[in-house]
Amino acid sequence: MKEFSYIIKDQLGIHARPAGLLVKKASAFKSDITIAKAAKTADLKRIFGIMGLGVKQGDEIIIKITGEDEEEAFTTIEEFIKENL
Amino acid sequence: MQQYTGKSVYGGIALGKALIFHKKEGKVRRKHIEDVETEILRVDEAREKAREELQKLYDKAVIEVGEQNAMIFQVHQMMLEDQDYMDSIIYMIRNEQINAEYAVASTGDNFAELFSSMDDDYMKERAADVRDVSNRLIKILQGKADGSLLMEQPYILVADDLAPSETLQLDKTKVLAFVTRKGSTNSHTAILARMMNIPALIGVEYDENCDGKDAIVDGYEGIFIIEPIEEISDSMKEKQRKIMYKKKLQQELKGKENVTIDGRRIGIYANIGSVSDVASVLQNDAEGIGLFRSEFLYLGKDRFPTEEEQFQTYKTVLESMAGKKVVIRTLDIGADKQADYFGLEKEENPAMGYRAIRICLNQPDIFRTQLRAIYRASIYGTVAIMYPMIISVDEVKKIKGIVQSVKDELTLQGIPFNNVEQGIMIETPAAVMISDLLAKEVDFFSIGTNDLTQYTLAIDRQNPKLDFIYDSHHPAILRMIQMVIENGHKGGCWVGICGELGGDITLIEEFLRMGLDEVSVSPNLILSLREKVRNTDLKADRPKDK
Repeated sequence: MKEFSYIIKDQLGIHARPAGLLVKKASAFKSDITIAKAAKTADLKRIFGIMGLGVKQGDEIIIKITGEDEEEAFTTIEEFIKENL
Repeated sequence: MQQYTGKSVYGGIALGKALIFHKKEGKVRRKHIEDVETEILRVDEAREKAREELQKLYDKAVIEVGEQNAMIFQVHQMMLEDQDYMDSIIYMIRNEQINAEYAVASTGDNFAELFSSMDDDYMKERAADVRDVSNRLIKILQGKADGSLLMEQPYILVADDLAPSETLQLDKTKVLAFVTRKGSTNSHTAILARMMNIPALIGVEYDENCDGKDAIVDGYEGIFIIEPIEEISDSMKEKQRKIMYKKKLQQELKGKENVTIDGRRIGIYANIGSVSDVASVLQNDAEGIGLFRSEFLYLGKDRFPTEEEQFQTYKTVLESMAGKKVVIRTLDIGADKQADYFGLEKEENPAMGYRAIRICLNQPDIFRTQLRAIYRASIYGTVAIMYPMIISVDEVKKIKGIVQSVKDELTLQGIPFNNVEQGIMIETPAAVMISDLLAKEVDFFSIGTNDLTQYTLAIDRQNPKLDFIYDSHHPAILRMIQMVIENGHKGGCWVGICGELGGDITLIEEFLRMGLDEVSVSPNLILSLREKVRNTDLKADRPKDK
């Protein structure tokens, strides 16, 4: 399993657009990918789950990736989040 | 005549017939079904059809409102394919043996509720997206065509609320204005109005009987008038005509040079105080940003902004400006405008107190963090730095020393940066008097006329009792500007004005004659200044001196 944490910099937090883009990125991988904020966890392949976390600027999120393509998924998703959020 | 008020989300004036848009929402009845599998299959088919519709809407939206705004329809597609959403629908059909329409409607309500209950205005708005997706599925299940409004005559669209897909299906050449009961400044209607450049009001408690009647929307005052009396509609028409003329003129000025009839050029730049201001900088066709007030990075926080936070902000602005020059003014905070964590003591006279560059030179850690962030961002565009509240050559030398050590540090760490123009604000009479000496030390001067006026005339800007003697065109100030320009040019500096006087349309000709190189003004003043410059002929007879 791979994981990383990140503090959201985008003023709007994870709003509809980046949530949609995250789902797109995550869905390309076979691994199970979750996103957690405080005690709440959601599937990174499900848009309602992500938006339901209500992640705002300054919030810390933890991404966990488990599966055969976790290395590749880790790189792609970490890069996307750092650049866009 | 009836008059309603609402909140304006976009300015403008429209006169035309009001038309109430009724949603073609099919009533959904709960039915008991026997064949569960067929019902589930129906949902699958409807989902496929909805996906196609949304793809078409997305393609249309990309062309009409741009990829950023069109993304909402991709989000809708993802909502449609969300496993939790589909699971819920299928579970209801199986478990309760109910019809697909009802299962979709209930699921849609539940998910919309999830968003409505969030403590974030933006997320609350997203409930409308969930309902929109669910309604689309229901319409397909009921075999109803996608509803769209068709009208021959242009009209003012009045609605309870508009879903994003509804706004997109409108024939936009026919819509004069939007008036809605619900909605927010974040709603799609508001975004669309801004894109289409037409007035829009939200929160208007209109009466249903306004349907089909003559109406006026004043997006500046937030007023919606039904069956206006003649005087009102005449005066509105006049107001509209004037605005249209101005808009047209300004549209024509976009992309044009800031050059006088006899060929003298001047740079017209924009002042900004936050990242969100960049949009209007680009809209108004500024040549660049002449004053980027960096204070917002420090205010409203409980700690100093990190180097990384600052770097990201500068990078965003530089990238948005795509190579156009951005002049960042370093921290200009004092006891009158500060954040608690600075720990600044209350002062009798904060305008002349411990502020701006004085803080930076005394607490160099704060200064170095900002400089490192600016230099790191420098590779993403053209950046210049200017330092506020300078009174001596010694200060400038100290600054240059710190800048050099920051650059050395970055080089040592292998972090790339570009050359950054160095300039100072001329806003103290002291800086004016020694501008010949200062010019040898820096690349440019930017005259901050607001502070310069207050320090020179000894008039506190905050004191309304002094308004009667306050003269922003005081000859002392104009002579100082002349002196700074001459000394700057002798020392090889370009000279600009970033205070309010720079946007003063009655002075621009005089500044041109003085040889000013640049003005930096609030974005909405750019095009009217450009118009003035383009109509000025410096070779024509000079107006008589006062």
